[in-house]
Amino acid sequence: MFIAGEYDVIVIGSGHSGCEAALAAARMGCQTLLTTINLDNIAFMPCNPSVGGPAKGHLVRELDALGGQMGINADKTSLQMRMLNTGKGPAVHALRAQADKDLYHITMKETVENQPNLDVKQVLVERILSKDQKVYGIEVETGEIYYTKSIILATGTYLGGKIIIGELAYKGGPNGQRAAENLTSSLKELNIRIMRFKTGTPARVDKRSLDFSKMIEQPGDEEVHNFSFLSEITTRMQLPCWLTYTNEKTHEIIRNNLHRAPMYTGIVEGVGPRYCPSIESKIVRFADKNAHQLFIEPEGHHTNEMYVQGMSTSLPIDVQYEFLRTIAGMENVKIMRPGYAIDYDCIDSTQLKPTLEFKTVQGLFSAGQINGTSGYEEAAAQGLVAGINAALLVKGQEPLILSRSDGYIGVLIDDLVTKGTNEPYRIMTSRAEFRLILRQDNADLRLTEIGRKIGLVSDERYAKFVCKRDSIEESLKLLRSVMITPTPEIQAKMQAMGTVELRTGIMLYDLLRRTEINYNMISEHFAVPLLDSAVQQQVEISAKYEGYISKQLEQVERAARLDEKLLPEDIDYMQLSGLAVEAREKLNEIRPLSVGQAGRISGVSPADISILMIYMEQKRRRDEAIDLS
Amino acid sequence: MFAEDTISTIATAPGEGAIGIIRMSGSLTIKIAETFFRGINGKSARHIASQQVAYGHIIDPDNGLVIDEVLLLVMHGPKSYTREDVVEIHCHGGPVPMKKILALTLQYGARLSEPGEFTKRAFLNGRLDLSQAEAVMDIIRAKTDASLRMAVGHLSGALSDEIRKMRYEILRMIANLEATIDFPEEDIEVLAAQDVRAAVELLLADVNHLLLTKETGRILREGLETVILGKPNVGKSSLLNALLKEKRAIVTDIPGTTRDVIEEFVNLSGVPLKIVDTAGIRETSDIIEQMGVEKAKEFVVTADLILLLLDASLPLSAEDREVLAMLSGKQAIVLVNKTDLPVLLNLDEVYTYIADTKVLKISVMEGTGLPELEQMIVDMVYGGEIAQKEGAFLTNLRQANLLEQAKYHLEATIATIDEGMPSDCIVIDLKESWDKLGEITGDTVGEDIIDQIFTQFCIGK
Repeated sequence: MFIAGEYDVIVIGSGHSGCEAALAAARMGCQTLLTTINLDNIAFMPCNPSVGGPAKGHLVRELDALGGQMGINADKTSLQMRMLNTGKGPAVHALRAQADKDLYHITMKETVENQPNLDVKQVLVERILSKDQKVYGIEVETGEIYYTKSIILATGTYLGGKIIIGELAYKGGPNGQRAAENLTSSLKELNIRIMRFKTGTPARVDKRSLDFSKMIEQPGDEEVHNFSFLSEITTRMQLPCWLTYTNEKTHEIIRNNLHRAPMYTGIVEGVGPRYCPSIESKIVRFADKNAHQLFIEPEGHHTNEMYVQGMSTSLPIDVQYEFLRTIAGMENVKIMRPGYAIDYDCIDSTQLKPTLEFKTVQGLFSAGQINGTSGYEEAAAQGLVAGINAALLVKGQEPLILSRSDGYIGVLIDDLVTKGTNEPYRIMTSRAEFRLILRQDNADLRLTEIGRKIGLVSDERYAKFVCKRDSIEESLKLLRSVMITPTPEIQAKMQAMGTVELRTGIMLYDLLRRTEINYNMISEHFAVPLLDSAVQQQVEISAKYEGYISKQLEQVERAARLDEKLLPEDIDYMQLSGLAVEAREKLNEIRPLSVGQAGRISGVSPADISILMIYMEQKRRRDEAIDLS
Repeated sequence: MFAEDTISTIATAPGEGAIGIIRMSGSLTIKIAETFFRGINGKSARHIASQQVAYGHIIDPDNGLVIDEVLLLVMHGPKSYTREDVVEIHCHGGPVPMKKILALTLQYGARLSEPGEFTKRAFLNGRLDLSQAEAVMDIIRAKTDASLRMAVGHLSGALSDEIRKMRYEILRMIANLEATIDFPEEDIEVLAAQDVRAAVELLLADVNHLLLTKETGRILREGLETVILGKPNVGKSSLLNALLKEKRAIVTDIPGTTRDVIEEFVNLSGVPLKIVDTAGIRETSDIIEQMGVEKAKEFVVTADLILLLLDASLPLSAEDREVLAMLSGKQAIVLVNKTDLPVLLNLDEVYTYIADTKVLKISVMEGTGLPELEQMIVDMVYGGEIAQKEGAFLTNLRQANLLEQAKYHLEATIATIDEGMPSDCIVIDLKESWDKLGEITGDTVGEDIIDQIFTQFCIGK
């Protein structure tokens, strides 16, 4: 037995989740090992070359505020950025970047390789070593053993991965990689429940074989955006994406070949995501739609590979060729990599605590696609939280649990551990009940302080945050204290600003609430100082959405009170006869940390919650009585 | 679930009792009581000392009408059952005043309590000792099961169909708005704010229609409280007997009342008529003079339906005029009796009092006009347009309360649209209204929205 090293935290897998987990743990001072099947695959994007979008972009900003890496690296390697949803309210504005895949990979590889306290190794992990449901090490394919205090599973789609292209199926991970074949049985030995999910990806085609004159150009925004609150990039060379459509001919070819589609031949075992259906299932489910849009996206500055977004498929290659060539601008298309489906093992996420540690295996954490999610951003967010909590566990400190009102990260993890998922889970803004306050523009205001406490927020980031926070407060204070009255001089200003005249005296803050008024107008007419644009944005949102925001804050406060009522870990729910049978079973399985979490479990009614509260009060008084005696 | 909000309920057992108690608990309790309680010496609820009882009236702030004379008992927390501020309103035991008073507490900021919630608060706030914990849990469980059974039993198929239809309409709109927010680059046809507005207007009309039926359900369950008025010898007793003779009458004996029989039930094509003060009607002496116009006024205020009998063979008397003057705005039918005799009554004058009241010529003696009367009453209960809704009606206050809340959120949705707010703001109140409607039928599941997005739209990379 060869002991090759000893660590505080070992991360299995170096995708978007694994990298964030390893960086967080190492930055918190833990000796950390990041393992990967292939070093040339670190932070690889096997699906679409983009980061962000609604809710996903929010996750990236939250991750950044907490000291994560994805935002900074996406800013450095983006080849196009757009702010989506600008016609809607600020809460759903969402930044989306097209990423240069290779550059993103190499930038993250450089980041992790140069991180103090962090070793990066190419090994294939075969076994989790544990004693009495507590982990102590890993054993790898080449036989060596690494001891550790904690382990984070971040295996993505590599766990028992199977690639399917038409009639062809073979064991493997994405991009010609090997799959991790033996780790699943090691997890099963720990009594971990395994599920099987499926996802898919479209073909990559040769840029030189496309006729862009038949497509519609989709340029990036002229204004330069960044994900990270630290990034100060002001110019960026951007590449366009291209829009084209499928047509009846395309659909006919697909329909005629459905008998060869793995989802109908039964080769695919896993459950696929509804929000990312293959083109074959789109055509079956929405038969009356005669065109589906396709975005042709560049994969990088130094490659001719283009990603055909909207065309995910696992049909045989001859069919892929045939239908792609019916599409405007793709008549002479050359496929460089075919589309494929991938089946993989994942775990039932309700086995996890909100810290992402397994309830029944001490020191074992799980993050990313293995938890049943999809998406780089969802993976990265979980990786960060798992990394932080593994480090806190090693250090013997209180865990970090973000609530649903702290951020999308809280929503994501609470959904996973409380409700679980029966298809690959994607974050959406409609999953967040406190959407109005969980904006991408205020992620730093919501989370920097938390990141600072954990030790992941640098002095530079913290100083920037404090300055922004204080400027907002000062400005709001000023606007709320300056009153304007209906004097002729002021009424003239109202006219100049194109707004109705005053009837009574009002505060400048109230003036700002008017739809047609912005901060710059107030600054110009009433000699209040001009503000940094990020500060100005916060001040304007605060005034214009005050009614909605304060209503939501009340709801947050109510929810928080229930989340603060903690449930003891050792409750035997099956003995609580007052509870409905379904509630007993669900509570026993999920073992919620708080009354709030219990209430979010489907099948647990308000009456069950009342009974639970009575039980806890009963227990509290009994314990008190014992203490006194 | 939150100790700080204010809850309210009818604390006495359902059915008729001599006294009914409406109980409120929570921080807003005294403020709410203030809005509709007038102490006899002008005292407001705020000025009543803890553990003191005050005599006064409950007045509907909307129209200034007296609902009932009551005793108000105020207990300041922590010296109360729940250790919160508690107010008890002791009123007359009839279901009508009790429900009206409960409705007022809800209108002014309380919410209907969950089953066993007063007891739960009492326990959580340390008022009950440990040995009672099990009992408290049993109460919550038992009352929840009972109220669920009742809710299901009371929920007519037509009502739940109607509510589900409305919810589906709302869900489709939410799914569209959410889909365009979460998938802005998909080619989803964007639902314009004005289209949402138009659809919400239609929904509001449906909600308002349904709210009109909140009395229907009660009437069908408890009977249409009906009073027969008219001067002596006009035929009140004959009318009562005619109604009773034709129909299977149920005579209720209510213990503890001075008269043996004060009301009788008549079933008119499925509408139960509860005719009050039948003992009074049967007395041969001069009723209006005996009970006085004051007493008649009291009946007019509380009754669901007033049947005023006029004698076609005599000119209008002073008493007739006085009673006629009370009828405006009431559900009333004027019955011109004795049309078999020579007519001396000036009908035009009658109409000057009651332009919008129904008038029917009958002869109780000859039995003419009675089937028309029956049809008229049935039509009034189902409210004409309401009847077209294939019998969807509200059956209890909880449903009406939730529907009112749904209405509030639908109106807020329109206000948001009119302020030009973006779709993510519009969706906030739409979702609330969808949730509130779901509480009526017992289906509120969050995943529905996401399921609907993927059913309705083809979304994907």
